[in-house]
Amino acid sequence: MDAYQHALPGPDDITRREFPNGLAVLVRENHHAQSVVLTGSLNAGSMFDPPDAVGLASFLAPLLLRGTESRDFATIHELLEGSGTSLHMSGGMHTIGFGGKSLAEDLPVLLDLLAETLRSPSLPDEHVERLRGQIVTSIKIHEQDTRYMAGRVFRRLAYPPEHPYSRQTEGGVETVSNITRTQLADFHRQYFGPQGMILIVVGAIKTDDVFQLVADKFGDWVNPDQPVLPDLPPVAAINAPRIETFAMPGKSQSDIVLGVPGPSRFVEDWQAANLANSILGVFGMYGRIGAEVREKHGMAYYSYSRLDGGLGPGSWRVVAGVNPANVDRALEAIRGEIARITTEVVDEEELDDNKANFMGRLPIQLESNEGVAGSILTMERYQLGLDYLWRYADVIRAVTREDILAAAQHYLNPDVYALAIAGPEFDAAE
Amino acid sequence: MASQVTRYVLDNGLTVLLKEMHTAPVISWWVMYRVGSRNEQTGQTGVSHWVEHMMFKGTEQFPAGVLDKAIDREGGVWNAQTSFDYTAYFETMPAHRIDLALQAEADRMANALFDPDEVEAERTVIISERQGSENSPMFWLYEETRAAAFRVHPYHHQILGDMADLQTMTRDMLYQHYRTYYVPNNAIAVAVGDFDTAEMLARIEALYGAIPAGPEPPPVTRMEPPQQGERTVRVERDGNASYVYLAYRAPQGAHPDWLKLTLVDSVLAGASAPGGNSLGNKTSRLYKALVETELATGVGGGVYPSIDPYLFNIVATVRDGRTTEEVQSALDAEIERVRHGDITQTELDKAKKQAKALFAYGTESISGQAFWLAFSENFSSYTWYENFLENLDAVTLEDVQIAAQQYLRRSQRTVGWFIPTNGQED
Repeated sequence: MDAYQHALPGPDDITRREFPNGLAVLVRENHHAQSVVLTGSLNAGSMFDPPDAVGLASFLAPLLLRGTESRDFATIHELLEGSGTSLHMSGGMHTIGFGGKSLAEDLPVLLDLLAETLRSPSLPDEHVERLRGQIVTSIKIHEQDTRYMAGRVFRRLAYPPEHPYSRQTEGGVETVSNITRTQLADFHRQYFGPQGMILIVVGAIKTDDVFQLVADKFGDWVNPDQPVLPDLPPVAAINAPRIETFAMPGKSQSDIVLGVPGPSRFVEDWQAANLANSILGVFGMYGRIGAEVREKHGMAYYSYSRLDGGLGPGSWRVVAGVNPANVDRALEAIRGEIARITTEVVDEEELDDNKANFMGRLPIQLESNEGVAGSILTMERYQLGLDYLWRYADVIRAVTREDILAAAQHYLNPDVYALAIAGPEFDAAE
Repeated sequence: MASQVTRYVLDNGLTVLLKEMHTAPVISWWVMYRVGSRNEQTGQTGVSHWVEHMMFKGTEQFPAGVLDKAIDREGGVWNAQTSFDYTAYFETMPAHRIDLALQAEADRMANALFDPDEVEAERTVIISERQGSENSPMFWLYEETRAAAFRVHPYHHQILGDMADLQTMTRDMLYQHYRTYYVPNNAIAVAVGDFDTAEMLARIEALYGAIPAGPEPPPVTRMEPPQQGERTVRVERDGNASYVYLAYRAPQGAHPDWLKLTLVDSVLAGASAPGGNSLGNKTSRLYKALVETELATGVGGGVYPSIDPYLFNIVATVRDGRTTEEVQSALDAEIERVRHGDITQTELDKAKKQAKALFAYGTESISGQAFWLAFSENFSSYTWYENFLENLDAVTLEDVQIAAQQYLRRSQRTVGWFIPTNGQED
């Protein structure tokens, strides 16, 4: 391992402490800048939404900041905005995530607010209604967006209805309109707790000070009712194409999402799939997909592929925004590239380039406190070990062209996939 | 803030700004050309943005697609941006890989090919970019309202350009534009990061010094005449929400009133500051007047440090079930209060404190610093950014009250409403 790798965040400068109540805290000091950043999550995501209240966890997350047992909305926000501090919460599939930033001297205020909003929110009625209106409006605005609608239909096609990934975390207009304050309070009471909670702090602070503050604010938090994160229902591979079009009058662009349930972050061929995805639709301005659909044929403003991984399995999908007249040609090009990557080994040079990118981009990703915090969160969430960044180059170098082919063949098939197209009126013939 | 920036002007007129930062093994390199939609004539709107696209279509040394891969291979990131007042190209690379970026920008400053087939292929992409934006109601509202606010000055059209011009643009128009504006004496080059100033300057001289200066590009002379009364615009098309957009005439970035207006904006619509960071705005006047009262689901505002006088923008999203008239009334009432001088010292102090925190956040990033040095050098001088906090601190309560009174007059604004023709009726 060279001197540069050793300078990456690792066991000698990331300190981890697990509290008896299950909360894991990781801290890295950085005294080059004046700020401190925190990020983390707790295991109370949309997967716990009751089926008739889809969108509940996502509704609850921002509501937490609207009042606590000791501070009202105005007081909380004066405290935040007045000092240039930010704190935000959002609902995800498995977890509710939070993030914050302040000048280093304001960390006590930030942690104090974080603890209060997570542990003792007051969920004021007026804010329940106000937020409901905002969420409903926001969903309606999204429903006018072809990319959003293509994504929504795709998830419903790719995952079985009992799987939470078939739904969207924000819910729909109808379900959000019917969520009650009682349901929100019950959800908080049942699912919020320190078991499985992760908190990362990076910045111009002292490690011991952080642990002391966290002990003060979170040390005595227990929730005996808190359930463990359940296993997700199994996802069978798609065995025949599932295609759906969604007509949206007046739109001048069509959006395509084509893909399958992919690997989770935990499986053995994750890294090979990740590199395969980079070759397919990311590297060098969106990889092979970009070259075919955008560059060669000028059909689209964007076309790329994404591999979600996660606790999963997240999807592996190709996305494109095209002129409606070009949908068929774009699909043909996309299927062609999937066929190619599932039948031919990639070039040695192509693989080397992508590996160089994975390894070389670390200094830029880790330049900011946010980048470092995000990296540490990933290491903790997926149990990668504090030395992950030190080992990273070796992990990447070890992936072979055959591994790439095997991973692509494992998940992708040019003739079998879920496909959603959202755009202006489709002909009866389609 | 003591200046750690060194400024040079090469013999061919290229302005070079260098700032060493050794906090991470990273360098950010920017080349900003003093050309944007502001420099465009009717019939060629969108030409600057299209030229930006063509800059990625290759030179002899780096044919199309080669740089995408080369930069990704080195672990760098790169991008470009066309705005009203500039077109900027940047690379942020691991420090020991920066030479590729220096070479690439020098090369395409002089040698971009503008191959006619590539021009034609890009037409579809550019039109598709505009069509993608056309999916958004706000795009239409901005376009129509700005066009009403600027009858004469080229700020009146979208950076993307008008569809009519995108359909008729020729290779010659693009190439002429490139040759006219992409000359070293019309460009600002900035490096921030982990390097040695003397070595970096020597390398820049070696790569850029030989590029010949061009004739001074033509100045922009069509200044907007004074506005003589409020203007209103309605945009009616498909959509699921209504919007209200207020565009007040604002002074240019280099004007002393600009800083005062940015503090008025902080009080009204929330703090934002150089560096790209922003805070929540839930304690701002307009949030309390519109969102807490459930008239709107969101409200925001901003002033932009432009070369010529531009706009102070305020946008509100009408809440489902409320009307544009109600939101307009509430906006007007709150703005009138501020215009009549009821901003307090506490509010002003808070706005300044917020600006300090945001400035600290903005100066952490090497790329962000490089951008702001180039950007402020373009509309004023790089010292504008360096002295930002000091100058902000010097603004008094009276300054801010006078600025509010002067710039928030109804006769000096254009009001745009977006009315969806389907979904909820007003």
